[in-house]
Amino acid sequence: MDIFGDIPWYIYFAAMILKVLVAFVFVLLTVAYATYAERKLIGFMQVRIGPNRTGPIGLLQPIADGIKLFFKEEIIPAQASKFAFVLAPLVALVPAFISFAVIPFGDSIQIAGYKFPLQIAAYADKAGTVYDLNIGVLYILAMASLGVYGIVLAGWSSNSKYSLLGGLRASAQMISYELAAGLAIVCVFMVSQSLSLQAIVADQSGLFGWYIFRNPFLFVAGIIFFICSLAEINRTPFDLPEAETELVSGFCTEYSSMKYAMFFMAEYANMVTVCAVMTTLFLGGWHGPLPSVLNFIAKVYVLMFVCMWIRATYPRYRYDQLMKLGWKVFLPITLFLIMGNAIWMTLFK
Amino acid sequence: MNKETMTVNMGPQHPSTHGVLRLVIELDGEIIEKITPHIGYLHRGVEKLSEHRTYHQTIPLTDRLDYLAPMSNNLGYVLAVEKLMGIEIPERAETVRVILTELTRLKSHLVWIACHALDIGAMTVFIYAFREREKVMQLYEKISGARMTSNYFRVGGLSADVYDGFEKDVQEIVDTFPGHLDTYEGLLTKNTIWLQRTVGNGVISAEDAIDAGITGPALRGSGVDWDLRRDNPYSGYEKYSFKVPVGENCDTFDRYKVRLIEMREAISIITQAMKALKPGPVLADEPQVCYPPKENVYNSIEGLIHHFKIASEGFPAPEGEVYQGIEAPKGELGYYIVSDGGNKPYRMRVRPPSFVNLSAIEKMAKGAMIADLVAVIGTLDIVLGEIDR
Repeated sequence: MDIFGDIPWYIYFAAMILKVLVAFVFVLLTVAYATYAERKLIGFMQVRIGPNRTGPIGLLQPIADGIKLFFKEEIIPAQASKFAFVLAPLVALVPAFISFAVIPFGDSIQIAGYKFPLQIAAYADKAGTVYDLNIGVLYILAMASLGVYGIVLAGWSSNSKYSLLGGLRASAQMISYELAAGLAIVCVFMVSQSLSLQAIVADQSGLFGWYIFRNPFLFVAGIIFFICSLAEINRTPFDLPEAETELVSGFCTEYSSMKYAMFFMAEYANMVTVCAVMTTLFLGGWHGPLPSVLNFIAKVYVLMFVCMWIRATYPRYRYDQLMKLGWKVFLPITLFLIMGNAIWMTLFK
Repeated sequence: MNKETMTVNMGPQHPSTHGVLRLVIELDGEIIEKITPHIGYLHRGVEKLSEHRTYHQTIPLTDRLDYLAPMSNNLGYVLAVEKLMGIEIPERAETVRVILTELTRLKSHLVWIACHALDIGAMTVFIYAFREREKVMQLYEKISGARMTSNYFRVGGLSADVYDGFEKDVQEIVDTFPGHLDTYEGLLTKNTIWLQRTVGNGVISAEDAIDAGITGPALRGSGVDWDLRRDNPYSGYEKYSFKVPVGENCDTFDRYKVRLIEMREAISIITQAMKALKPGPVLADEPQVCYPPKENVYNSIEGLIHHFKIASEGFPAPEGEVYQGIEAPKGELGYYIVSDGGNKPYRMRVRPPSFVNLSAIEKMAKGAMIADLVAVIGTLDIVLGEIDR
């Protein structure tokens, strides 16, 4: 079959399954320990200790939390729309993980004469040419937009007013910030001339090859993309959909047990994903002084640290201020950046 | 056009209604059309209970009014009873009372800044402020045996003299506190998001504030220069010099600034009072009213009988009525006592600042968004123990 190129189908599948397993388990572990790291880090920032009872320095805390949530009673409100209520956490969780399929998390490796690119949705033929999803960035944007359905469904199906308000806020917020984030990525396309993430990463070798350091416009675009990503995944200071002090717990007010855990995981998985996307698009992907995979992980973790740091520092925006920031500040700036970037590229070719 | 509003019931179980406040809000989208506060979930009948207790027995009830500022509540009550009885209290007791009520102001304002910041989403300030509050709590515990329900002041003075090392502990708080305030200011005052959330939020004009009967920092934030400590001094406040901060824009940010300056002024008052603190008795020489010293109670039969009489029977107060208002951390806390000549008040009425301040909530938050309402609740600094009594 020619879709596998000239490599045997069993090697293709074995490599694919192995990559899926390793990447999935790794993301899952990162998600679990991101909750721990966040509690510990913010604890240190706030002169607290953080979890330290379960296992050495609290290391088993995520597992204990998982077990606890798993055994909690499932509560479905009597007035809730049951099907949508159960479906919503799944719809939120799956897109959060699925974006990882196109992110190159390392350089290609050579095993037994075959070349394997460290990206789930990619393969290399015998000649060593790497093929990946040629519209990788669009795929990420598409999957990011899917995430909003889970939250809107949850807010609507719970039949609770707080959930509904949370869901409404989420839908408006995620859609508006997607726009600015998408336009910030356009600046990247202009430089890379490709939507394939392999090509984008390959173009960023060396520190000054990183897109964020290519020109001032890309630098600003990178920062705006990161801020918009924070808004898209509902992190502080844009955590309005679940603003505890206003909407109790927003869209997941009525959720309990594993269904709540899934929203929780989705939130952190989204954080891992946007940090990975940010790394890939602006921070040189896996390029760097360490072995390729470690570079990638280090960059993602640093970005996640920044997310947590922001959470410990900033208050929350108000709904109208958030919309104003998205539409009246970021959108015009990104449009200007695209223009500026074009001029820069023409002048300094 | 037919417009439908959504009714949201906020509280009594809600993370940001500061206890058991219940607000029924009419929402048009996220815009607030109408707010109806429902109170009474914490009603314990303090005023009625006090009609069945001797004057001394009511003091612990006052601890539980504004449980974030127990010593201020004690002070208002004992001042009212002392006014009724016409008792002069020793200078040392007066000075210690000032030190402790100003520390209470710090303690109460720390909870305010903590909860206000948390409501707006700044989590870290919350923890920092509680760390500092812990110092005051420990001092409370050392001095009265309880962290929150202090029950330390007595009619005629204090229940006991301060412990050895009190000056050192107070000095430590005084020395470190301005630095902590700078930390909060660093986290909030110049924070763009904080400014966006507080400037122009919950505006209430000076006239409206006076009409609603608002007192305390909320009134001064609206530009009214009124502070009972200066304008109607009690407990020797006329001896201290301090500034009364006043806001200009009548919004949440100005009230925030007013309270922060007030904390710095409280530190200055404490410093002055510490300098003025001289050794001496802490209880008035009024055997009819005051408890005898503890060593007399334990070592002499007369002392024991004296103690027993005061503890069981209390003391009769002259017929009449009296009102004493003090500048509590949240506003004017007043006690109105009517005596029919017996050993219990005929009627006691508490004028709680939070209750009156809460009445302005609709004026301050109407037409704003839910997030603004949360900020308004925070800036009013209400305590339900006081509202429901």
